[in-house]
Amino acid sequence: MVLDHLDFELFAGDRIGLVAPNGSGKTTLFHLIMGLVKPESGKVEAFGQVLESEEDFAMVRRKIGLLFQDADDQLFSPTVLEDVAFGPLNLGKSRREAIEISRRILAFLGLEGFEERVTIKLSGGEKRLVSLATVLAMEPEVLLLDEPTTGLDNDIRRTLINVLQRLEMTMVVISHDFDFLDQVTRRIFSLENGRILTDEQVHFHVHRHAHKMGRAPHRHH
Amino acid sequence: MTEEVFARGDSPLHRTAPVVRTALAVVYCTVVALVNGFYAILAALAFSILMTAAARLNPVRVMRHLAWALGFLCFLWFVLPWSIAGTPLFCAGRLTVTREGVALCTRITLKSISILLAMISLLATMRVAALGQALGKLGLPPKLVQLLLLAYRYLFVLEQEYHRLYRAARIRNFIPRTNLHTYRTFAYLAAMLLVRAVHRARRVHQAMICRGFDGRFHSLQVYRPTVWNPVVAAAGSLVCLTLVVLEMTI
Repeated sequence: MVLDHLDFELFAGDRIGLVAPNGSGKTTLFHLIMGLVKPESGKVEAFGQVLESEEDFAMVRRKIGLLFQDADDQLFSPTVLEDVAFGPLNLGKSRREAIEISRRILAFLGLEGFEERVTIKLSGGEKRLVSLATVLAMEPEVLLLDEPTTGLDNDIRRTLINVLQRLEMTMVVISHDFDFLDQVTRRIFSLENGRILTDEQVHFHVHRHAHKMGRAPHRHH
Repeated sequence: MTEEVFARGDSPLHRTAPVVRTALAVVYCTVVALVNGFYAILAALAFSILMTAAARLNPVRVMRHLAWALGFLCFLWFVLPWSIAGTPLFCAGRLTVTREGVALCTRITLKSISILLAMISLLATMRVAALGQALGKLGLPPKLVQLLLLAYRYLFVLEQEYHRLYRAARIRNFIPRTNLHTYRTFAYLAAMLLVRAVHRARRVHQAMICRGFDGRFHSLQVYRPTVWNPVVAAAGSLVCLTLVVLEMTI
């Protein structure tokens, strides 16, 4: 069992960071919300409705966007534009609308000119941003991000922080990157032994980290 | 590998509906594969070259693609001419090259080139997504169409994964030899690749479901009905008919 008597509530406008050791069931939590795995007991409730059938979750998937850990899982079309337009087309948008939305989202992420790029030839960071674009193109109300900063260099990481700060959206971010969580979320929770701990319990920590030029006199904000 | 080099273009063939082109490719290639007379084969070669010209493809690129097949055909030329019984053409040492052997080789070579050229100019001129859709419209089960499209996309990822595994073996001083250890290692690699492919497939499917996938692929590309649809269909039918007539009469 990965999650045990877990009680997790998310309200509109929340921006929550989830920190937890590996294998503690963070990804499972997201998959439960999206209906990719079914709970053995307990229930999933969203937008005032208990979710059971596949149709219920189809509704949820329109409103909640999940960014997967590995971008290669998310990008499967030959070109960037086709991949970003995949979601809108599935939602019944016309080709014109789908292309229009995709271009707008790509521009929002600073990916103008990426439309005809071949997805498999993108760099790791570009793949991450494009897969975020594919999620945002669904125009979700809630965004779930599963370790969005793993393997990103500083530039892409900064772009990601900037983009997430500009997004007025309910958000849950799984990450080990406290600095990142501090910049994009308002509250941090921790998941331990399958249960959620409040942020008060998490906030006690020793500040110790490594970065370039650490010996030079410097300040942290 | 997945660059679709011939898919970009603005020739009449590029603008013809993928369904028309795919159907024509199936019929034409079947006819070419079945004809046996030299006139019909030479006519097919001429038609295929004309098709390549109509698709306005870069001849150097086309030749480079053909070279792979020609390499394979060379192998036939080494073996077949002297291994078919018939009228001797000339003797090379103890090997007798026969007229029938050479004729068979020529036939296979010309037919292969004709079919490949037709495939390149009819099918390689569209995106794989469009080909998938066309095959679906022609009655191929949706499962097989999805299999084609996703196999095309993830072949590359699997290849990378294989290299990653193989690298992991090599940095621990694995050197392939002819021994049980080597066979076992390669079996592990293959098995691991299979396991990873299954996991990958599950995650990709989940990601697709999250984006509202319901089993149907929608394409961004629109092929407006153009004059080229009936023209290509008619010309193609005429070509196939000519080949059949040539085969039957001469």
